[in-house]
Amino acid sequence: MTTAAELAPEPGQPGARTPSGIEVPEVATPDAVDAAHVGAPGQYPFTRGIFENGYRGRLWTFRQYSGFGSAEETNERYKFLIAQGQTGLSVALDLPTQCGYDPTDSMASAEVGKVGVSLSNLADAEILFDGLDLTKLSTSFTINGTAAIVYALYLAVADRRGIPRAKLTGTIQNDILKEYVARGTWIFPVRPSMRLIADTILYSNEQTPRFNPISIAGAHVRDAGCTAVEEIAYTLANAFAYVDELVARGANPNDFAKRLSFFFYVHMDFFEEVCKFRAARRYWARMLKERYGVTDEKALMFRFGVVCGGSSLTAQQPLNNIVRVGIENMAAVLGGAQSIFTCAYDEAFQIPTEASAEIALRTQQIVAYESGIARTVDPLGGSYYVEWLTDRMEEEMEKVIREIDAYGGTVRAIEDGYLQSRIAHRALERKRDTDRGERVVVGENFFRHAEQTTDFGEVFRLDPNVSRKVIERFERLKESRDGTAVTRTLVKLRAAALDERENLLPYIVDCCHAYATVGEIVDTLKKEWGEFQEPVRL
Amino acid sequence: MSLAGKRILIAKPGLDGHDVGAKVIALALRDAGAEVIYTGLRKSPDYIARVAIDEDVDAVGLSILSGSHVDLVRETARCLREAKADNVKLFVGGTIPHEDNPALVDAGAAGIFNASQRIDDVIAEMARVLDVG
Repeated sequence: MTTAAELAPEPGQPGARTPSGIEVPEVATPDAVDAAHVGAPGQYPFTRGIFENGYRGRLWTFRQYSGFGSAEETNERYKFLIAQGQTGLSVALDLPTQCGYDPTDSMASAEVGKVGVSLSNLADAEILFDGLDLTKLSTSFTINGTAAIVYALYLAVADRRGIPRAKLTGTIQNDILKEYVARGTWIFPVRPSMRLIADTILYSNEQTPRFNPISIAGAHVRDAGCTAVEEIAYTLANAFAYVDELVARGANPNDFAKRLSFFFYVHMDFFEEVCKFRAARRYWARMLKERYGVTDEKALMFRFGVVCGGSSLTAQQPLNNIVRVGIENMAAVLGGAQSIFTCAYDEAFQIPTEASAEIALRTQQIVAYESGIARTVDPLGGSYYVEWLTDRMEEEMEKVIREIDAYGGTVRAIEDGYLQSRIAHRALERKRDTDRGERVVVGENFFRHAEQTTDFGEVFRLDPNVSRKVIERFERLKESRDGTAVTRTLVKLRAAALDERENLLPYIVDCCHAYATVGEIVDTLKKEWGEFQEPVRL
Repeated sequence: MSLAGKRILIAKPGLDGHDVGAKVIALALRDAGAEVIYTGLRKSPDYIARVAIDEDVDAVGLSILSGSHVDLVRETARCLREAKADNVKLFVGGTIPHEDNPALVDAGAAGIFNASQRIDDVIAEMARVLDVG
C-alpha cells in the first residue's frame, strides 16, 4: 500500500495569501484609510457597525444551539443552559422534523431525535417550551423546509398560553435556497418554496413584528468548503432573490428589510473573518439603497448571527478546539455580530456533553466580560490593514456576485447544480491543500501525536429508547386528538395551496392548533407541489 | 495509484444532507481513474443496493454524518446480500467515533474513513481492499 508523502515536521512561514486568495501586503500603510469612506458607527454605510454605541448599549446574544432526543430531554438542557447564563434559545431539530417526516415514517426510523429534538406536533412543542418565559427569551430555530410549520407551532404554543404574538422574539432560518446548495433539507421545488417563504415573512411582519422570519445563511456553504468571500457573495445573491420575490408580491423593502437577518460561520483566519463582516455590512447597505431604493436607515442595517467552530474543528487533540473557538469568538465580536453561538469542542463529532457545552458558553462569557473587547465600538476601525482588507474583500464579493448574475442568477445556478459543483470542487481543493501541508491544521496535518486517536473524554450517548418513547407519544396523540378537526384544517390548507393569492400561514397555524402533524402538513402540500428534484452533478 | 476499471457508487443514505464529503471523495476517486456514480441525497439502503446491481459496481461508499452509521451500514449490507451482491465491497465514511469501528466491521464495512485522513490514504486503502494498486 502506498501512502501520501510525509509532511515536514513543521509548517513554513505564513504566506502572503489569505484563504480567499487575496494577496496581502507585508505592511499596510496609512493611505489605506479613507475616513469618509469608512464612516461612523450606526450610520450609513455601517462599516463600523449598525449601532452608534456598539456593545455598550447591549451585548450580543449568547445563543447556544441545542436539542436532542425528546422534547422533555431538550427542555431540561435548555433550563440548564439558561441557569448558566445563556441569553437566547437556539433549537436544534432532528432530521425527520427538518425534512417533513413524522417519527413513524419509514424514512425517519433511524434518525428520530438523533441530531436534534423531535418536534412533530403541538403537544411536543408545548413540552419543549414548558416553564420557559417566551416573552423574555428569544428563540431561534434552525429550520428551513418546514420553517413555516415550526413557526406556526411556536405561535400556537404562545396562543395556548395567552401570550400576545406581538411579544414574541426570535428567528426562523427559513432560507431554502442554501438548502438546495449545501445543507440538503429541501422538500418542495424552488417556486412553491419561494412562495411559502414570502408568505411567512409577510405574515410574521404583521403578526409578530419583533420576530425575524428569515435568517439568510452563508454558514453552510462555508462549512461545505467555500471561502469567506464566496460565503458572503452566495448569501447576498440569495438575499437579493428573496427581496425580488417580496417586491414582486408588492411588499415595500423599506418595511420588510428591517426584519431580514443573516447567519454566518466564523473560521480561523482572524482578519479575513473580521473584515468580511465589515465589508458585507457596507455592501448590503449600498445594494439596498442603489438597487432597491431603500431610504429607511433601519432597513439598511445588516444584522447577523454567527457560529464559531464547525469544519474548523478537529477530531484529533479535540481540546485544541476550545482555543480555536475562543479566537473565532473574538473575530465575531470585532466584526460586530448580534448573536453568537460557540461550538463545544466535541460538537463537530457528537452531541456535546453538559460539560463541553458549558465550556463553550463560558468562552463567550470570558470574551464578553473579561477581555474588554466590547468596551469601545469597532476598536479595529481605522487600522491600516483592517480597512485595506475590508475594501479588498468587498471588491471580491462584488466580483463573485457579478459572476452569479452573469450565469443567470442564483436560482438558475442552484437548479442547474452549478453552485453545488463549484463548492464541491473548492472543498476538494481545500482538502488537498491540507493534505499537502499548504493549509496548516494543528494536530491534524502538523504537530500530530504518534498515535492519532479521537478521545473526547466523556462521550455523550443518547438514550437508546428515545425513538421508541417519541413514537409511543406520537401514536397516543394520534388516537386522542379530534380527527375531524385535523382533516378539516388540512383540506382547507390544500385548497389554499392551489391559490397563489392566498397566504398559507393562517391555514398552517389552524392545522397546528388542531394537532395536525408536521408530516401530515408536508404531505398535503407535496400533493399539490411535488418535490424538489436534486441535480446530481459532480 | 490508479483505480482504472473500477466502478464505485457513492451514496448518501438516510436524511443527512451533508454531502460535501461524498462529493469530495467522488471527485478524488474519479481523479484516481475510477468510474464514479453518485446517488444524491436521501436514498434508502434498498435503493442503493438496486443501483449497485444495475450499475454493476465493485464497491459502494456510504457517507453518513448523522450518527446513524451503524444502522445504515447494517441495512445496506443486508440489502446487498439479499440482492446477491456479496462481492460488492462496502465502505463507510463520515463522523464516526472510533469506538464504533468494531460494530461497523461486524455490520459489513470493509473500510471505515473519517475527514481527517488524507485523501490519498483513503484511496490507497480502498485500492488495497479492491485488490488493485
